[in-house]
Amino acid sequence: MSTTTIAGHEVDVNEEGFLTRPDQWSEELAPELAALIGLDLTDKHWELIRFLRTDHAAMGETPTLRRVSTQTGTPVKELFGLFPGKPAKKMAYVSGLPKPKGCV
Amino acid sequence: MSTTTKHLVVLGAGTAGTMVVNKLRKRLPATEWSITVVDKDDIHDYQPGYLFIPFRMNKPGQIRKSKRPYLHDDVEVVMAEVERVDAPASTVHLVGGRTLHYDQLVIASGTTPRPDQTPGMLGEQWHREVGEFYTFEGAVALRAQLDAFTGGRLVMHITELPIKCPVAPLEFVFLADDYLKGKGVREATEIVFVTPLDGAFTKPMASKRLGKLLTQRNITVETDFMIESVDQDAKVIRSYDEREVPYDQLVTVPLNMGADFVAASGLGDELNYVPVDKHTCRSTQYDDIWALGDASNIPTSKAGSVAHFSVDVFVENFQDAVAGRPLSHSFDGHANCFIESGGGKALLLDFNYETEPMGGTFPLPKVGPMSLLKESRANHLGKLAFRHVYWNALLPGRPLGLPADMQTAGKVPV
Repeated sequence: MSTTTIAGHEVDVNEEGFLTRPDQWSEELAPELAALIGLDLTDKHWELIRFLRTDHAAMGETPTLRRVSTQTGTPVKELFGLFPGKPAKKMAYVSGLPKPKGCV
Repeated sequence: MSTTTKHLVVLGAGTAGTMVVNKLRKRLPATEWSITVVDKDDIHDYQPGYLFIPFRMNKPGQIRKSKRPYLHDDVEVVMAEVERVDAPASTVHLVGGRTLHYDQLVIASGTTPRPDQTPGMLGEQWHREVGEFYTFEGAVALRAQLDAFTGGRLVMHITELPIKCPVAPLEFVFLADDYLKGKGVREATEIVFVTPLDGAFTKPMASKRLGKLLTQRNITVETDFMIESVDQDAKVIRSYDEREVPYDQLVTVPLNMGADFVAASGLGDELNYVPVDKHTCRSTQYDDIWALGDASNIPTSKAGSVAHFSVDVFVENFQDAVAGRPLSHSFDGHANCFIESGGGKALLLDFNYETEPMGGTFPLPKVGPMSLLKESRANHLGKLAFRHVYWNALLPGRPLGLPADMQTAGKVPV
């Protein structure tokens, strides 16, 4: 656990660079976080990021890829196009949320 | 029956549903409450035993029983498929036309593997080269496949989380490593573990302590693999990002989903799990509906130990609810699970929503006899013995002497 400065804001991050406090995230941070993993945000990215933030606030958990796909009507294949390789992890990263995890 | 009798209806007579009706029947006077449990068949499998079938560590007959003898005599048992719940009308419609009215409803209809949800999974080779061990039939079929296996690529694959007993696929590869050594074909076999997550273990502590178990056994891990399809002709699984993993024997965990009637009733999330308060298992939509065991969306393992601990909390809260009192108990997400690691040893994990698995001993501080987070013979024997505890104490609702809340005495953070 350490702190780093992103877009002029001091934030707590874990060893993988994920924000550990969702409340430290703001929309200003998203493009910076995206740039760190080589992404340029489009309107479609923003729609998904906003869904992740709203859903996390309501459910207390980072939504799974399937949930993002069904709730936003975005085919999984398209999510792979927008967040290449690891969409679930990358969407969580840019949205300042914990990565999806298993039980152990 | 007096006209003031109230009705508790429980959908599902598996691990959670059986414990619920047996425990509540002892607490609720028959003059005040009738209890009805609905299930589509009379078969009760000891599901942790499925994992052992392919390796001949359990015989099919040891893990399959009739449901009825495990249900309290004063509970009405209805064998029928549920069509849908009409929550605003407080009724359950059964296939065949019968309707049940309820004052309180418990949904305990579990989770089911759904190979139909992945293109190509259900083909000619289903239960042959494309195997699984999350059903009785699948486990028995996989036993025959492993008998005939002479080497090649053995691929253990998880479609998507959550799944029932999330450590079972790891146990499978550990046991397979051992089994294939015994058969003399381990050298000729490549064992691959394919996961949609970014590692076989995703929690830092488990990953640190347990990651070496895979490398020691020469098991390779393919991470971040979201399956798009199975190609049974080419014998590969393909991911959305166009990776291919070839197999000679695939052992898959299909997508797990809650019951279809949950979706038809408008009570489910995208995987047909019932959204509930994670500390009380009460529906977030209706105060007279509860979901227990694998049927709910609580963010912990779908496992018998969770069903057991959460039912203990539920039984107290249910009595509060029907007496008009505030709910007095809170479930902490307590789970414990044995992980078979092969060679007659097993690990034991104990954790909850907030606390990662700790080291130490279980269930008694310092005494054990089982050790947490370490491989030991005692843990393995504990896992084997649990089958008897399940049939003889857990299902009948007898106290096991294990508190529902996670205890931290005798445990050490690692």
